Amino acid sequence: MSAILAGTLLLLGAFFVLVSAIGILRFPDLYMRMHGATKAGTLGAGLILLGASVLFGTLAVTVKAMTVFVFLLLTAPVAAHVLGRAAHHDDVPKWDRTGVDELEGRYDRGNPEHDGPAGMTPKG
Amino acid sequence: MTLLGLHLVLTLLWAMATGSLGLVNLFVGFVVGGGVLHFAGPALGDPRYGIRALRIVGLTLFFFRELIVSSVRVAIDVLRPRLTMTPALIAVPLDLKHDAAITLLANMVSLTPGTLSIDVAEDRSCLYVHAMYGEDPDAVRRSIKHDFERRIQEVFR
Repeated sequence: MSAILAGTLLLLGAFFVLVSAIGILRFPDLYMRMHGATKAGTLGAGLILLGASVLFGTLAVTVKAMTVFVFLLLTAPVAAHVLGRAAHHDDVPKWDRTGVDELEGRYDRGNPEHDGPAGMTPKG
Repeated sequence: MTLLGLHLVLTLLWAMATGSLGLVNLFVGFVVGGGVLHFAGPALGDPRYGIRALRIVGLTLFFFRELIVSSVRVAIDVLRPRLTMTPALIAVPLDLKHDAAITLLANMVSLTPGTLSIDVAEDRSCLYVHAMYGEDPDAVRRSIKHDFERRIQEVFR
């Protein structure tokens, strides 16, 4: 019974990792690819880890799997955030079907005092 | 937030006292510890801790539901022969004040498929988000504010 459950979880996890790999190949620009790359680390890896802990069923494996998952949740968005931010900073081309860009022109480039973009109401 | 650490210590103490580290027993310990802290809360400077603990659990469950729903949505679009979405970079105005709360919101936005946080305004007035489904920027703004920000605000208050 638990073998069937574990197998299902492992297959589902592998499916989501495969889908995000396809997404990285298919998506047209860096930002869209980041969507694919970060999500593999969450649902896909999470399901695989859950499947592993169901399969072994011991506390040692479960604790390790949960620790791995927590670190994935902590690190994946930070990496995605830094990459996306650097890309926008360096004007990496966006897909031509991209709609509004409300971040455009908010950086004060060449001024080391300002590290982040301006807010909604630019201060005079 | 420091009471949350105490809560986890109480949960571990319960597990050690009852001699079992099973998931069910840990859950029982978490509930008992939450009840104790709820009634001890006024003396510890947080009279509503029990309610906040429930909200932390609620936020976690909500996050996992959102993760699954939007992963399926992105997976379907990846496998479709044509890409039909309109991505957009959207400014989401922030009501959160704590840096820790904003970090939590940005991470949750990044982890749920379809949205990716790119940057935070220097004055913390808004979060810039790249959305895969950005046809209607106001709908994206509304869903982030209503679903995630409101829940995080309730936890941090």
